[in-house]
Amino acid sequence: MKQYVIKRILTAIPLIIVISFVCFVFINLIPSNPAEVALRVRQVPIITEEAIAEVEAELGLDKPYFIRYITWLFDCLHGDFGISYVNPSRTVAGELARCLPATLQLAGASLVMVILLSIPIGFLCAVYKDGIFDKVMRGLVFITTAMPPYWVGLLLMWLVAIKLDLLPTSGNGSWQHLILPAFTVSLSYISTYIRLIRNNMLENMKQDYVLYANVRGLPQKQILIKHILKNSMHTCIVAIGMSIPQLISGTIVVENVFAWPGLGTLCISSIFNRDYPVIQTYVLLIGVLFVVFNLLFDILQTISDPRMRKEGM
Amino acid sequence: MKPVLKVEDLSVILNSKKSGKVLVENSDFEVYPGECLGILGESGSGKSMTVKSFLGLLDKQFTAKGSAWFEGKNLMQEGKESLRSIRGKEISMVLQNPMTCFDPLYRIGNQMSETFATHTKWSSKEIRENSMDILKRMHIRNPEEVLEKYPHQLSGGMLQRIMIGLAVSLKPKLLIADEPTTAIDSITQHEILNAFLEIKEQHNTAMIFISHDLGAISKVADKIIVMNKGQIVDRGDFHHILHHAKDSYTRLLIEKRNAVLNRYQKVLGGAV
Repeated sequence: MKQYVIKRILTAIPLIIVISFVCFVFINLIPSNPAEVALRVRQVPIITEEAIAEVEAELGLDKPYFIRYITWLFDCLHGDFGISYVNPSRTVAGELARCLPATLQLAGASLVMVILLSIPIGFLCAVYKDGIFDKVMRGLVFITTAMPPYWVGLLLMWLVAIKLDLLPTSGNGSWQHLILPAFTVSLSYISTYIRLIRNNMLENMKQDYVLYANVRGLPQKQILIKHILKNSMHTCIVAIGMSIPQLISGTIVVENVFAWPGLGTLCISSIFNRDYPVIQTYVLLIGVLFVVFNLLFDILQTISDPRMRKEGM
Repeated sequence: MKPVLKVEDLSVILNSKKSGKVLVENSDFEVYPGECLGILGESGSGKSMTVKSFLGLLDKQFTAKGSAWFEGKNLMQEGKESLRSIRGKEISMVLQNPMTCFDPLYRIGNQMSETFATHTKWSSKEIRENSMDILKRMHIRNPEEVLEKYPHQLSGGMLQRIMIGLAVSLKPKLLIADEPTTAIDSITQHEILNAFLEIKEQHNTAMIFISHDLGAISKVADKIIVMNKGQIVDRGDFHHILHHAKDSYTRLLIEKRNAVLNRYQKVLGGAV
């Protein structure tokens, strides 16, 4: 077991390096001069060649490409993600730290909604397959998977916040502010997992171990929850684990719709201002999150499945 | 003597939109205490379907008609809950694929004890003692260790013996074995068949032994019925089936078996 975990962690390192390189290269391929944009954002009236050269030197943009990458990577390893081009008085790490809690709050609330809604609904759909509840849910799942989140967000805002006046439209501060954006983010995941859990359970119901449990006269409830649900959840663990970084990165659009002051809002404004260090760090952060969560849930699945857990490991 | 199980006019129909397809047609048979009834037939002939129908184990798309009298109750009329409490205790069953019949996520001990917890009021200590007892009686070495194992860590033959042990542990009036020797190798098959013979002798349990293997059936069954395409085509003891079978399908089954036996003997004879 220990060996397996160490091996998995070691293979993740080169992956992270490749991600960092790709994200550095792609962002630097954006066809506009960040020095020029920085000058404009700082509201310098006349932009001269000298001023651009000066800012380039200040931001280290005059050095060769590869040197810049290595320096950046090295600084990142030391926890120094650079300073914002737009506002040199702020560090990238500070900016991210300022916006991260709001995003984590949103993603966390979404994850809780996904788990609380999709598991019971998927379970009931499978148990009462082809019943009215199952049919209605299947229709809803079909519709909600097809709706883009920003549109859902606007619809919800219009219906719940404006027409019914139940919840605030935007901003953050109380738990009431959290409900609409979190629901918007989680909606498509809820649909996906309802379907996944329903189908997994139906698949498991056909297995021999269910027939044998029935042959032994076990109560239906016990067969459904202890055996079928647990076996079905098992295959869902990895999918849900992988969706955690997706939830964090997927908040970009929704945060902007609901004016939620998180990473997504920061990322969008940085893209408009060509604030490379912020975008780079954001992309790197999300990439690393994907790798870490993938690793974590792979290991978790291995531990929780007795067939994968080899003896003496 | 009163039969343990008396099945009359049992039919199983597959519901479909156009018309119902009859899978088992007017089956009649009875099983007496200490007797083993063999049901012989190829796959798809409706052997398993017959027993599943009176145990309430069929899917919703099947309808079963007729009656199955057990302990003064007509099983076909009993409710779900009543059938559930009979299953595993008064009528127990051994299934075909031991490797896939246990839930892969739970230890053997856990799956044995959940069965006891369902049907008895035993304390956890009694449950453990009984589980150990079953494994010992089924000639399984290191019973303590086996209880802690997961299904994938044990062999098919071992799991099959555990299943048989579990099936007889609550002293059922009727034991049904659905192709218990099909999924295991021939040496283990021999052991499993002996286990069934032992049970018959020791407990005087009535048994239904379903198989497509005439050899296996001939060893344990006192009476045989032959099924083909959902109908009972022949019945009698092994001798009768072997020599006086009226139905052409039964004779085909026997000829095939004899052909295999002859070739086997020739090969053996050639080797000696």
